[in-house]
Amino acid sequence: MAITREQVLHVARLARLRIPEGEVEAVQAQLGAILDAVSKVSELDLAGAEPTSHPLDLVNTWDEDISRPSLPREEALANAPDPAENAFRVPSAG
Amino acid sequence: MTLDTLRLTAEETAGLIERREVSPRELTGAYMRAIDERDGELHAYLHVAGEIGPGVPIAIKDCITTSGVPTTAGSRILQGYVPVFDSTVFARCRAMGLPLIGKSNMDEFAMGSSTENSAYGPSRNPWDPERVPGGSSGGSAAAVAGGLAPWALGSDTGGSIKQPAALCGLVGLRPTYGTVSRYGVIAFASSLDQVGPITRTVRDNAWLYSIIAGRDPLDSTTVDLPEQVRVPTAESLNGLRVGVPRELNEAEGIEPGVTASVQRAIALAEELGAEVGEVSLPRSVEYGLACYYLIAPAEASSNLARYDGVRYGYRAEAPADLLDLYERTRWEGFGAESRRRILLGTYALSAGYYDAFYGQAQKVRTLIGQEFAAAFERYDLLVSPTSPTVAFRIGEKAENPLAMYLSDVLTIPPNMAGLPGLNIPCGLSEGLPVGLQLIGPQFSENLLFAAGHALERAIGFDPVPERLR
Repeated sequence: MAITREQVLHVARLARLRIPEGEVEAVQAQLGAILDAVSKVSELDLAGAEPTSHPLDLVNTWDEDISRPSLPREEALANAPDPAENAFRVPSAG
Repeated sequence: MTLDTLRLTAEETAGLIERREVSPRELTGAYMRAIDERDGELHAYLHVAGEIGPGVPIAIKDCITTSGVPTTAGSRILQGYVPVFDSTVFARCRAMGLPLIGKSNMDEFAMGSSTENSAYGPSRNPWDPERVPGGSSGGSAAAVAGGLAPWALGSDTGGSIKQPAALCGLVGLRPTYGTVSRYGVIAFASSLDQVGPITRTVRDNAWLYSIIAGRDPLDSTTVDLPEQVRVPTAESLNGLRVGVPRELNEAEGIEPGVTASVQRAIALAEELGAEVGEVSLPRSVEYGLACYYLIAPAEASSNLARYDGVRYGYRAEAPADLLDLYERTRWEGFGAESRRRILLGTYALSAGYYDAFYGQAQKVRTLIGQEFAAAFERYDLLVSPTSPTVAFRIGEKAENPLAMYLSDVLTIPPNMAGLPGLNIPCGLSEGLPVGLQLIGPQFSENLLFAAGHALERAIGFDPVPERLR
């Protein structure tokens, strides 16, 4: 199961990871090897099987609709790399 | 009085406190001295808190949020992050008066089996500092085995409590999915992550589990326990039906010394009155690892999307625009294994590949659950080695992700089915601990504790590393 350079760059963009130019090939090789190993799941014919997304048979969990105080603004901003005017500052979307 | 922090169980420590034979200050002082003496070598802790309190001190894995105490999950991307709220499990420890000794080291975001993926360097195994303590909860295991904590909390996704407990000669419980709150636990793979105790004895383990378990309104995936947790007293296994899954006991790569030790434990179980028989889980073991390495990275790719350099944590310098900020922050902030799993998971979930990878893996997961359910029609518990090998050398598998993944080949199948598993030490091979994995049906923790306690007494394993005795 090979993964092409274009696929690697596409997935990296989806994942918001900037692979430095010189490392793309190494990433491609590692992902290819792992995909080879995990492709083993396709050996099984599971056409009739239901997927499991969660190991318990929970359906919906309901809770009382009670309002509680939320995090004070200064605490919410306490770990921000660049807080400004009671908000998280980021560069322009370009 | 002199406290032997290497040997004292949590239960014994509580007795000393209750009888006022030791003060909270002396107790914390003893652990701080042990840390001064040995943590330079072991590197079990990422942050030492040294709190003084009325209960038995505890080490907490660094992916478990502790208000006002740095919490990094072993990642550079959370360097300097100081949470402003408590996880439910830590709040429950606090409510019992358990003072925090420190935050223990781990593979970044719990992805790994050795702690070598920690951005802050590996922890070392107290039995042999040239070797890994296992992972990802390796710092918690190294802290307890090295006498730097009487007990600890870890977390387990594919084996991250059971495997380090095995490699360090300790008792580790991965609880039934849904019994312990994940509120405030930094997420890796949400359909698998569970918090659990790492201790020196099964009784300590049951006690700590009783403190953290139970439904939490802040985590909608939790449920009420069907029965109260019982601290075990059993000394026999009379009438217990114990299944030995062929594939989990004969898998390729299991070291002969591990097999020998596990077989002695199984023979002991028979002597204690258990009825032992063979059972087969053909597809769970053959396809479990592949299934896990699709589902866990897929969920991780989604959970780790929140680290974007905006609200907390690391931010790349001088970003040109918002996309540049995201992409460079994430590449620079995550380590190699996290990046690999994010890319793999994103691929498995992306248009055109979802059905063949993630969808197919979810169906394999159903099959695994069915195989275990069939085994539990005939047996009360299943047993196998926890790890195919004893502790391996630091660096031995660091450059080969697929070899590292095999460390969890025996713990992953029951985890995929949401089953509880208990590691107890069952002997030594080449001077290093071997772990026995006890697997039960969902919500069978009391049975695991009872059986584990009876076996533990019969085995008589000394949890103090030989070189420190």
